[in-house]
Amino acid sequence: MIPAELVDLVLQKFPGVQKEQPPPKAYSDGVPILLSPPHLIVEVALFLRDAPELAMDLLKNLTAVDYGDRMTLVCHLFSLKKRHKVTLKVNLDRLEPKVESLSGIWPAANWQEREVFDLFGVQFLHHPDLRRIMLPEDWTGHPLRKDYVHEPDQYD
Amino acid sequence: MADRNVGPLLQTLAGGDIVLTEADFFINWARRSSLWALTFGLACCAIEMMAAYAARFDFDRFGVIPRPTPRQADLIIIAGTVTKKMAPRIERLYHQMPDPKYVISMGSCSNCGGPYYDSYSVVKGVDKVIPVDVYICGCPPRPEALMYGVLKLQEKIREKSVRQEVTPTV
Repeated sequence: MIPAELVDLVLQKFPGVQKEQPPPKAYSDGVPILLSPPHLIVEVALFLRDAPELAMDLLKNLTAVDYGDRMTLVCHLFSLKKRHKVTLKVNLDRLEPKVESLSGIWPAANWQEREVFDLFGVQFLHHPDLRRIMLPEDWTGHPLRKDYVHEPDQYD
Repeated sequence: MADRNVGPLLQTLAGGDIVLTEADFFINWARRSSLWALTFGLACCAIEMMAAYAARFDFDRFGVIPRPTPRQADLIIIAGTVTKKMAPRIERLYHQMPDPKYVISMGSCSNCGGPYYDSYSVVKGVDKVIPVDVYICGCPPRPEALMYGVLKLQEKIREKSVRQEVTPTV
């Protein structure tokens, strides 16, 4: 877990970034959550990776959640050097989810962003190869979105 | 016909060099005793299928030998979840197998979609894609169940006649 003063380091450098209250202890491991506005995501991510005190060199997981009223991108970061973790979240416009790609910062983001694009329809700007990764190429819609309506086909 | 297992095959003529038998019996005997199976593991059922091929259960003794290509296979064991992305591939592999060909659907997923019945991406049964001879229930079925399925298929082949078309046209 990242120490509190390191969270403050990010909050001081980027006043737009907020600290989100983690869920109750029964549902979380207490990893601090940083909520970044979409336009700051690349700067925040670069700072998390390159600041020597933080050194978040590993993107463990990148996914999205459709809450119905908003879409949230969730990144779980880990530092192999410092052995600490932090969660980075970005709230997106649900109807037109668009965010800058993180694949230039952590190469691991490449395929995970493709999966999020495939299942949630989030557009990752400047992604090197943004196409479906799991569903067939001719699939219509993004099935993990709350407004997805499944049209039965010949296999249903 | 006497005992269906050995029956007419043993009617040797005088001298013992020539054996008289029925064409159906002889051909079915050959077909059911060397069911070469296309390996088609799609999910956790594949682990049970591998166990069935391995030393403890030893499918070789039924003449079931895994083949890596559909062109050498008589049987395809659909072992696992059939996704809509995989369905056209299964169909193509099935059509590449020479006649006579048989299909075993192994496990709930491949029988009817199983726990993924409500999923957007899973085919609700491999029989939507290719005709199935034997369904094996279980999630996943144990190797004994697969063994029983193969024996059931052998029973089914025994009842067939060369005068009938073996494979229904898709």
